[in-house]
Amino acid sequence: MFTIIEGGGERRVDARVEDGRVQLTADALREALGWELHDGTLCNDTMCVPLPAGSRLGEGGVFDLGEVAATLDRPLALDAEAGAAFVGVSAGERAQALGSLIAPDFTLSDLAGRPHMLSSYRGRKVFMVAWASW
Amino acid sequence: MWQALYDELRDLRFVVIAIALDKSADDARPWIEKAAPTYPVLIDTQHVVADLYNIVNVPTALWIDERGRIVRPNDVVFGTDTFKHITNLESARPLAAVRAWARGETSGFAASETRGLQTLPTALDQQARAEFGLAEWLARHGARDAAERHFVRAGELAPHDFTIRRGSMPIRGIDPMGPQFREMLQAWVGGGRPYYRPLPDTRG
Repeated sequence: MFTIIEGGGERRVDARVEDGRVQLTADALREALGWELHDGTLCNDTMCVPLPAGSRLGEGGVFDLGEVAATLDRPLALDAEAGAAFVGVSAGERAQALGSLIAPDFTLSDLAGRPHMLSSYRGRKVFMVAWASW
Repeated sequence: MWQALYDELRDLRFVVIAIALDKSADDARPWIEKAAPTYPVLIDTQHVVADLYNIVNVPTALWIDERGRIVRPNDVVFGTDTFKHITNLESARPLAAVRAWARGETSGFAASETRGLQTLPTALDQQARAEFGLAEWLARHGARDAAERHFVRAGELAPHDFTIRRGSMPIRGIDPMGPQFREMLQAWVGGGRPYYRPLPDTRG
């Protein structure tokens, strides 16, 4: 079993690890990341991304996780030995969101475990400050 | 640290939201309990906000207006002058700017100015964040050696990102105020690179 961490969640799926590469079945890819291959196009619930020319992704029912991440322009950190990978968000997506100047929304909890959503403070001026004990 | 500012301005539909980029709520707890803030202090162990806002050090502050728009991008703002002898950054001007904004005397930056002052993440920054995310997960699941590999890799990819390089130290059992931090800081600053990068303009 291999753990794929993405979007604040994690999924454990069947995978074959060979020479540091992680190979998923179509089912495992869908379960871990929500993408499916249809006629040379990777699709999830909201969008489709065409495979680059010459891509062999999905041939023989095998999806190389590194190739999936590259096709989707997502940064991938992978530790084959430890059996886990983290799929991040691309610089382009982050830059586009920040450049829109609409403050990216998030939900985090306070010490008492109460969740706070940034957008629930709409209607007020927010001075947001990141700090740390270090 | 921000309680006085919040008390002074809260009736003007103004709020402080503090985000602790700490390895656990327990790391941040003593500071929070001592300050007993009445504004929200949120715990971000997985650096969700650092990723969303391209935050690379603390303290980092930004202004978000009533419509949820960023009107002043990432800036270094200290709430007090406690560390002024080290940072050479004083708190009075940036805090005066926040007050003027809260009172409606100024309106923050125009969109084009804000964009001009933003630092957007590069592919390497985002690869570093993925490495950090994996490392943090591995550390949380007891895979210390594997975690260390990815913490190190993350720091190599984004050497300017101290939420990674210093922020990972407590997770890795390294004193974030100790000799390894001082050595890292010296190497960075010695290369002519500032540890804090405030915005060039602190206009209110």
